[in-house]
Amino acid sequence: MINFEYSRTSSVKAALDVLAKNPGASFIAGGTNLVDLMKKGVATPQRLVDINNLPLKQISIDAKGLTIGALALNSDVAENEKVKKNYPLLVQAINAGASAQLRNMATIGGNIMQRTRCTYFYDTTLPCNKRKPGSGCGALKGYNRMHAIFGASDKCIAVQPSDMSVALAALDATVMVSSSKGERKIPFTDFHRLPGDIPEKDNNLQPGELITAIHVPVNSFNKNHYLKIRDRASYAFALVSVAVALKVNGNIIQSARLAMGGVAHKPWRLKQAEEMLTGSAIHDLSFAKLTDNIMQDAKTYEHNAFKIKLGKAAIAEAINKALQ
Amino acid sequence: MNNQDQKDSRRDFLKKTTAMAALTISSPVLVKAGQHDEKIASFFEKMDLKIEVNGVAHQLSVEPRVTLLDLLREQLHLTGTKKGCDHGQCGACTVHVDGKRINSCLSLAVMNDGKKVTTIEGIADGDNLHPMQEAFINHDGFQCGYCTPGQIMSAIACVQEGHANSREEIQEFMSGNICRCGAYPHIVDAVMEVKKGGKSS
Repeated sequence: MINFEYSRTSSVKAALDVLAKNPGASFIAGGTNLVDLMKKGVATPQRLVDINNLPLKQISIDAKGLTIGALALNSDVAENEKVKKNYPLLVQAINAGASAQLRNMATIGGNIMQRTRCTYFYDTTLPCNKRKPGSGCGALKGYNRMHAIFGASDKCIAVQPSDMSVALAALDATVMVSSSKGERKIPFTDFHRLPGDIPEKDNNLQPGELITAIHVPVNSFNKNHYLKIRDRASYAFALVSVAVALKVNGNIIQSARLAMGGVAHKPWRLKQAEEMLTGSAIHDLSFAKLTDNIMQDAKTYEHNAFKIKLGKAAIAEAINKALQ
Repeated sequence: MNNQDQKDSRRDFLKKTTAMAALTISSPVLVKAGQHDEKIASFFEKMDLKIEVNGVAHQLSVEPRVTLLDLLREQLHLTGTKKGCDHGQCGACTVHVDGKRINSCLSLAVMNDGKKVTTIEGIADGDNLHPMQEAFINHDGFQCGYCTPGQIMSAIACVQEGHANSREEIQEFMSGNICRCGAYPHIVDAVMEVKKGGKSS
């Protein structure tokens, strides 16, 4: 690993001050993605600012919803009894990600800051516009089985691997951010971004900003399921994943949330499909019409065309599982 | 050979000059940042680290880039914890930090200041093996043994967390530990036995 300066702070203000004075610095929390990228020589921060002592670990529920401090561990959220009861989709998605060890290290803020990436991003001997802007995209005409089918550009076709983010996108979460200018809120679906011409930017966080918390509004979804399809039964990135949250009253879907993972540079919220589901009778769902509509905008590459058929089947399966 | 010499001397040169620069530019350990104290270590500067490993308190000095895994193996000579992939994908480096299982290869040692670490060397009671160690032996939970320290540390935590209620749940919550020999069914048997016996701690 290339050496770096290291500093440790114990308040949000001190952390922001250090970052303002050291533009080449990175915050480090769990480190599960960043340390890995530093070992590979993909990330080379001049300084690490250890924020683990910041008071941002709370998990609280009130009338407005769930607030999770940015430094709460993934496993602490997934094991929290109130979160299990009120936000089962979020818990399922967290437990679908990584391994038990990594979930004990990774924080909530770190989870959403993990890089949107592919194998070409990790291999410093190959071109990658995300790692080295202007060097080209190795995946575009390379081995692109894991890659995006929605919203990609000719600069980057990588996908964001966070399972938790798919659930947070579906549940209308908000990212709370602090900087020297004050605080701001970013709707979760606007947090990650599409690659366009600047694939090196995964999200809309501005320089000098620190995530302090994630808020998930209170909801009345009584049918929830997170389905993840991958190459092995556990501990692998999604080929496709589907987050479903439904409010079902009698036989009627009164409200629906639907998002996909493993298909785009960001969690892929399916608002049009949600509208199609709303008002439908649960025994009379036309999955063919629904999934054809979802996949009509899909663009595939040499090795990932299977994601259309798999995606359609996964959406139907996820909705059926939620309704069981 | 010649090339190597040049590399080494260049590295030494860099190390010396950077260390000198670090000493002149910033006073080590404690610097005021804004209104708050900030602990800081510059390039090649070692940082104080207080850490308890298997009940023994250590006062160490480490470079920030040293991982907890390398600290355990290279500085404390606790080589029971294994380096497999060194990228958090295999679980051979699993240890407990403040009672939680983590991948020690992805944790910088300096991030564990003031913490309590338990490794495979710390779970037996004298000559009496931990119940999970005994169960791994009884069920042939290994062949080559390289992944075993990580498997056992992970398995103990899996039971303590309450994630060992069925074979399926054990498989899911042990998925961060890869066994190249394929001893998985026997590992699950071992975890099931300890869970049933309630001998997890």
